[in-house]
Amino acid sequence: MDLRFTEEEQAFRREVRAFIDAELPRATRERLAAGLGPTKAMTVDWQRRLNARGWAVPHWPVAWGGQPWSAIKRYILSEEMQAAPAPAPLGFNVAMCGPVVIAFGTEAQKKRFLPRMANLDDWWCQGFSEPGAGSDLASLKTRAVRQGDHYVVNGQKTWTTSAQHADWMFLLARTDPDNPKAQEGISFLLLDMKTPGITVRPIVTIDGGREVNEVFFDDVRVPAEHLVGTEHRGWDCAKFLLSNERTGQARVGASKERLRRLREVARTTPGDGGVPLADNPRFRTRFAEIEVQLKALEMTTLRVLADENRALKERKPNPASSVLKIRGTEIQQAISELYVMAAGPYGLAAAAADADTDALPDWMALAQGTYFNWRKQSIYGGSNEIQKNIMAKAFMGL
Amino acid sequence: MDFDLSEEQQLLQDGARRLLADRYDFESRRRIMAAPPGYSPALWAAYAEMGLLGMPFAAADGGFDGGPEGVMIVSELLGEVLALEPWLATVVLGGGVLRHAATREQRAALLPGVIAGTTLLAFAHTEAQSRYDLADCATAATMQGGGWVLDGAKMVVLHGETADHLIVTARTSGSRRDSAGISLFLVPAGADGLVRRGYTTADGMRAADITLSHVKVGADALLGSPGAGLEVAERVVDEAIAALAAEAVGAMQASLRLTLEYLKTRKQFGRAIGSFQALQHRAADMMVAIEQARSMAMLAAMQVAETDADLRRRRMRAVKIEIGRAARLVGQQSIQLHGGIGMTMEYAIGHYFKRLTAIDTLFGDADHHLHMLAEAGGLADAA
Ligand SMILES: Cc1cc2nc3c(=O)[nH]c(=O)nc-3n(C[C@H](O)[C@H](O)[C@H](O)COP(=O)(O)OP(=O)(O)OC[C@H]3O[C@@H](n4cnc5c(N)ncnc54)[C@H](O)[C@@H]3O)c2cc1C
Repeated sequence: MDLRFTEEEQAFRREVRAFIDAELPRATRERLAAGLGPTKAMTVDWQRRLNARGWAVPHWPVAWGGQPWSAIKRYILSEEMQAAPAPAPLGFNVAMCGPVVIAFGTEAQKKRFLPRMANLDDWWCQGFSEPGAGSDLASLKTRAVRQGDHYVVNGQKTWTTSAQHADWMFLLARTDPDNPKAQEGISFLLLDMKTPGITVRPIVTIDGGREVNEVFFDDVRVPAEHLVGTEHRGWDCAKFLLSNERTGQARVGASKERLRRLREVARTTPGDGGVPLADNPRFRTRFAEIEVQLKALEMTTLRVLADENRALKERKPNPASSVLKIRGTEIQQAISELYVMAAGPYGLAAAAADADTDALPDWMALAQGTYFNWRKQSIYGGSNEIQKNIMAKAFMGL
Repeated sequence: MDFDLSEEQQLLQDGARRLLADRYDFESRRRIMAAPPGYSPALWAAYAEMGLLGMPFAAADGGFDGGPEGVMIVSELLGEVLALEPWLATVVLGGGVLRHAATREQRAALLPGVIAGTTLLAFAHTEAQSRYDLADCATAATMQGGGWVLDGAKMVVLHGETADHLIVTARTSGSRRDSAGISLFLVPAGADGLVRRGYTTADGMRAADITLSHVKVGADALLGSPGAGLEVAERVVDEAIAALAAEAVGAMQASLRLTLEYLKTRKQFGRAIGSFQALQHRAADMMVAIEQARSMAMLAAMQVAETDADLRRRRMRAVKIEIGRAARLVGQQSIQLHGGIGMTMEYAIGHYFKRLTAIDTLFGDADHHLHMLAEAGGLADAA
């Protein structure tokens, strides 16, 4: 047991920092540091720079642009990017669809899609959830009927993040409605968003943001060669996809960065009684409490990563991995609450679209909106309740 | 970074686990607890024979050289069975002071006995007014005729009643709450003027209140430099926090195991109560807390030897906060999920709850450390 980063790992961290300092455009960094999300162009630009360096998809097989790195090294890269802060490579491409194509796709599909996913030449979105199928995803109703060398898709997806930007969608559709087992009649399809018959309608979220959409399919024709894996066995792909990248959900580096900024701005933000917020005992206590929880989460993340190879070999997931989603989202949400507390009454002024947000520092103007928006974190990606159900069954035999 | 045990550590863990599994079932523990001295001298000898009591000591001192990781491994196993022996008092606390402050001669005089299991130590620092503040020391030591004379009173000295030597914090200069001026003294338990009153603590362990009335010791009783004892005491308390963190993980893991067994066997409304989702989610919350606590116990093992004392203190406070919170959650939920049976002295789970409560309280509970950490400006490095 040696619980320190090796010299090689530390050297790699320095290398990553130097790369980010040299390559990350200042405008991107400033926008993210203010607490705003990256624009589409910023994400694309950054992922291409990473890809040129060979760092966009390090967890993929070397043959498809990956790196022969340890999990710890991959963690260092993503942590440094979150800390910069730099945009994350698009999860739909690199963490979701890419690994499914690698594991289940044909050679032709790999050649056609993987390099373009890695380079973000195609922006992908995820068509899983439907109005009637959320946590109980297997109850989905969108139909795909085989007609000659095409599937014809009809139905509706919802909550589809960035469908408005997307070139492609990976989706689950029911191909065998007669199978009494809900999981067994589903297929995993790749869909060109320019195909006729697709309608994308925005859903405005409580923070006023436009990141999710409803997507309607009206006789949309998908070439049969865009089926991934075996027909009717798409649930295998879906399960594989959902079990990937558990460690990514903890987002320790991002939370550290948010706390670091908050500590900084608290020095010049008024607290009660004429002292800066940084000297307010309630703020200090709450801040320290979250820091401690985050420290524990960081160690848990490292434990899960260090254990990853063994877990894969023995096909025995580490119970600590379910902690990551639950605690990771709780901590991110707690930080967003602390920002609301920090902004105090000034945060209210920025909530409406007609507010004069220029009058406030960015972090204050964004505090409430981010807090509203981050309630999503314990809902998507398998809600925290669903995570607990999984833990009870998988790890505790209940 | 490597979280796997080395071969040597694995052997140690397997051996100690077997010994404890054979000899520390709940019934045996009850018998041990019921009779003086409140722990098992036979098991203590067995720990010595396995080399456990030499764990943190340098090979040059005859020790096992197991480092903080070795202490973590042993403490966790002892926590799993709620061991009653004076591991914390003698090896971690008393032994810690000797490691950090004693001269080679002092170590040579005492450590062989500690490692062989024939010498017991206790660390006397808490006073009626001090709560968790190690600097708040009213016990006084004055120079007299080439030696020292000690006057004062100490409370809740862990295993103080059976110790052969007490290590006592006493003020040699300054006033009551000054951080400078505290010194450490090695006092034989049989010294004239030293009176001990032993009792069973809330968790079933043993402790003592001690008064020192004009207790005379030689010049060689001083451990470390005069007036610089606080630094040593803080370092040793941090090591105790690391050991307690691991012990808590062991105790929490065992609590969860007992609770899960119960959830699977107890039936109400015609089915196992573990099939009720409300209870499944409580169990999941317990598991989340335990995994986070385990991470902190590892962090503690990693950081307790940190040479920057301020950084080390902050980290160890963080450890104690997370451990204390987890211990409370796991302890309380274990009882709740057992229903009435969890309330009975006859049944193991309540004893785990009590030890976990004690662990939160020892050396500062979660709220105390959170307050201190917040005052100090937080962890500072997590951000
Ligand atoms: C901002 C945002 C972005 C999203 N992006 C995408 C996307 O890009 N692509 C996509 O396919 N989907 C996306 N989703 C959808 C997301 O995956 C679902 O919201 C999620 O699966 C939950 O489903 P639901 O909203 O229907 O809630 P429901 O499943 O109806 O759940 C409602 C409540 O009931 C609880 N619950 C449900 N079942 C159980 C149970 N068995 N035991 C205990 N509690 C239970 C849930 O935890 C929740 O608290 C997104 C969602 C949001 C909010």
